[in-house]
Amino acid sequence: MSQSPGLRFVDASDRSLLIVLGDEITLAAHQDVVRLTPLLRAAPSVINVHPAYASILVDFDPLAVTHGDLERAAVELDTRPAVLVPEPRMVEIPVRYGGEDGPDLEDVAALNGLTPEQVVGIHAGAEYLVYFLGFSPGFPYLGGMPESIATPRLAAPRRRVPAGSVAIGGKQTGVYPVASPGGWRIIGRTPLALFQPDRDPPVLLRMGDHVTFVPVSKGDF
Amino acid sequence: MQDLGRPGYAHLGISASGAADALSLRAGNLLAGNAEGAPALEMTLAGGTFEFEAEAVVALTGADFETSVSMWRAVDVRPGEQVRCGHARSGARCYLCVRGGIDVPLVLGSASTHLLTGLGGWEGRALRKGDVLPIGTTVENPQPPAKGLSGRAGEGASGRTGRLRHDALRVTRGPQAEWFDFEAFCRAEYQVSEDSDRMGLRLRGPALTPHAGHMLTEGVTLGAVQVPPDGQPIILFVEHQTTGGYPKIANVISADFHALGQLRPRDILRFEEASMDAARALLREQEEWLHALV
Repeated sequence: MSQSPGLRFVDASDRSLLIVLGDEITLAAHQDVVRLTPLLRAAPSVINVHPAYASILVDFDPLAVTHGDLERAAVELDTRPAVLVPEPRMVEIPVRYGGEDGPDLEDVAALNGLTPEQVVGIHAGAEYLVYFLGFSPGFPYLGGMPESIATPRLAAPRRRVPAGSVAIGGKQTGVYPVASPGGWRIIGRTPLALFQPDRDPPVLLRMGDHVTFVPVSKGDF
Repeated sequence: MQDLGRPGYAHLGISASGAADALSLRAGNLLAGNAEGAPALEMTLAGGTFEFEAEAVVALTGADFETSVSMWRAVDVRPGEQVRCGHARSGARCYLCVRGGIDVPLVLGSASTHLLTGLGGWEGRALRKGDVLPIGTTVENPQPPAKGLSGRAGEGASGRTGRLRHDALRVTRGPQAEWFDFEAFCRAEYQVSEDSDRMGLRLRGPALTPHAGHMLTEGVTLGAVQVPPDGQPIILFVEHQTTGGYPKIANVISADFHALGQLRPRDILRFEEASMDAARALLREQEEWLHALV
C-alpha cells in the first residue's frame, strides 16, 4: 500500500524516467525508495535503476517501452506490499581513527573546538542509516552524523583518497570503497573491503542498512 | 578494452561504462561476424600497432585513424601481419574488432574497462606495448557479407557516425531545465576542454546561471548536461557517477551518443532542442541503419 502522497514523474532523457517520491530527506520517502527499487529493477525493459534520497531514476530501453509505460508500471508497483525488501541489518565498520589513517582528524577537531578523541567518540557513538549507494561503487550516503563534527570540504580535493577511507564532508559522513579523488576530510580508515568485484554481491552494504563505526587499533587486524 | 558495458548495477553505485562510441563498436563487431557487444579495442585520439600471431578477420570502425588497412569492412589478416592505427585525422575514437571477440575475463558480466576505478577490461587499465591479448572463438555470424562497406559506402558510414549535424548536439530538456534560460543555452557556443575524459565532457562557454532551485542528490544518466556552481556545463559520459547533486539543464539524445564519443578537445559545439518523439524516431532510424550493415 502506498504511503506516499503520490508519485511525480519527470522525463529525464529519451531513455530515462525520474520518479520523485518526496522533496525532502525523510524516513517515509526513504522507505518508499527501498520498497520500490527492487520492484522497478525487475520490471521489463528496465536497464538500470538509480535510487537516491527521495527519488528513483529508471533507465530503460526506449525502443521497447515508453515513458508512459514505465509510469503506469510504477503506479501499479507502488500498490504492492514490500515483498522484495530484505531485512535491514546492523553492520559494524571497524575503523582505525587518526594517525596515518586519518590525516584530517586533527583539523576536524580544531575546526569544531573539540579534541581528536572527542571527535572519534561522537563519530563512533552515532548510528547511521544507509540512504542509498551512489557516486562510486558501494559508496554509502549515510544519514545521522551529529552536526557537532560537521566540517567543510577541503578547498582543493585530494587527487587520491585511499580505499577504505572514512571521511566527513560538510554535514555528511561516508566511506570511500575504492580509491578516487575526493574533497572530504579523512578521519580514519577501515580494513573492510566494501567493494569486491568478484564477490557476490560485489558490494558489502545495502540501502536501508544501519551502520555503526567501531574504533579499533592497528593490532586488531 | 570495451564492450557495451555492465548495466544493472547502478543501485550499487557502479556505472555501466562501455564504449565511448557504442555505435561504431557495434558496427565493427557486426562487420567482423561477432555479436554486437563482443569485446574490442577502443583507441582514443591515437592508436597503435597490433601484430596478429595467427590469421584473423578484423574490422576497424569509428573515426579515420590513418589505418594501414581499410576501415568499415571485414579484412583478412595473415599470421604475423601488423595492423597500424595512427592519429585521429578528425573525430576521437577508433575500434578494432576481431572475429571471435577478444577474450578477457568478464567482471560483473562485462569486458568493459572502467578506468577511474581500475575495474574490468585488461587489468583495469589502458593497454601498453607488449601486452598480449587472446582472441576468442565466439563467432555469431560465420558468413558475414564479404562486401562490408568499402570506398564511398565506407565514407558514408563514417559520415553517419561521429559527425554532428550542423555541429549541434540534439538534446531534450533536463529535469532542472526551468531553472535556466534554455533558449540562451541553445544559442551559445561551447568548446570542449582538454579536461574531458570518459567520465565527462567539460565545456567552456557562457556561464549558465540558475535563477531558481534547491535539489537533493538524485540519479543521473548518460548524456546529462550538468551545471556545477561555476556555470560551465559538463556532459556526463560513459564512466559517469550514478548520482549527482548538480542541476541538469538538458540531456543529449540517444541517437547522438556516438557523437559524444567522437568529440575532441577544442571542438566547438552548440545544442539544439529535440522533442522526445523526435529523439525516439531518430534512434529507431539509427538502429535500422546499423542492422542493414550486414
